[in-house]
Amino acid sequence: MITLAQLLTLSGILFSVAVAGIFLNRKNVILLLMCVELILLAANFNFIAFSRYLSDLHGQVFVFFILTVAAAESAIGLAILVVLFRERRSINVEDLNTLKG
Amino acid sequence: MLIQGLFYLFSAILVLAALGVISARNPVYSALALVMCFVTSAAIWLLLEAEFLAVVLVLVYVGAVMVLFLFVVMMLDINLAELRQGFTRFAWLGWLTALAVIVEIAGVVWARGGLGIDASAGGTASAADYSNTLALGTLLYTRYAYPLELAAMLLLVAIVAAISLTMRRRAGLKQQDISAQVAVRAEDRVRLIKMASEKRP
Repeated sequence: MITLAQLLTLSGILFSVAVAGIFLNRKNVILLLMCVELILLAANFNFIAFSRYLSDLHGQVFVFFILTVAAAESAIGLAILVVLFRERRSINVEDLNTLKG
Repeated sequence: MLIQGLFYLFSAILVLAALGVISARNPVYSALALVMCFVTSAAIWLLLEAEFLAVVLVLVYVGAVMVLFLFVVMMLDINLAELRQGFTRFAWLGWLTALAVIVEIAGVVWARGGLGIDASAGGTASAADYSNTLALGTLLYTRYAYPLELAAMLLLVAIVAAISLTMRRRAGLKQQDISAQVAVRAEDRVRLIKMASEKRP
């Protein structure tokens, strides 16, 4: 039997690995997008764990919508990435300084 | 006991694959490790009796989104050495943040009564004739019908945005412009001129 505490710990570990990945790969936009996907996966784990232990199906419906939005987000993110690479020949975050931010 | 063992096995694979995603030298290996993450997550979701979402995760994420990632990674000619420069510069900060998050979450979860509910309990198993897909579909198409339409609309907008962003018109490319051909009118092409006839010399 899988307990709620085990699942929440697993999703916490997954989340923090993804956060560490953002620190490590802060120059590579593709890796940053992948780390965001991992963070969303950890959030989905929490929703499914609570949906099971409270016997409430609404959590799973929410995971469904999160998957939809994440798919749209990664599609547009990758499209922006392709356009960016065409303009600048680089996907380094440090080269994106046109806005002087 | 078997489910417990399988859970530990899949969790170990999941965490190792996640570490592979963030530390691989080549983005292609990162994408493949992310595929591994999604597949093992789907297996854990199956253990939690969320069958429909497990199938959707494999079909939509591994089948579509990760293939898109792999396409983009392979299409772009990236200078990896430059991107890897300073890889370990802020690594200590990253690991410190990760450790802090793990300690905080584990502290809340494993403390007695930290969540306000009994976190050491397992969920109740469903009856043998319970269909997760049927229950989820009933909920989605009745109570969540309007949000479902919004989600469909969002996907449509995402398609249009992605295509219009990446479509490119090359200069000097010779091709028919059908809409311009259809929209042409006779007055634009033929000019009828009335003029007096010339006198014979």
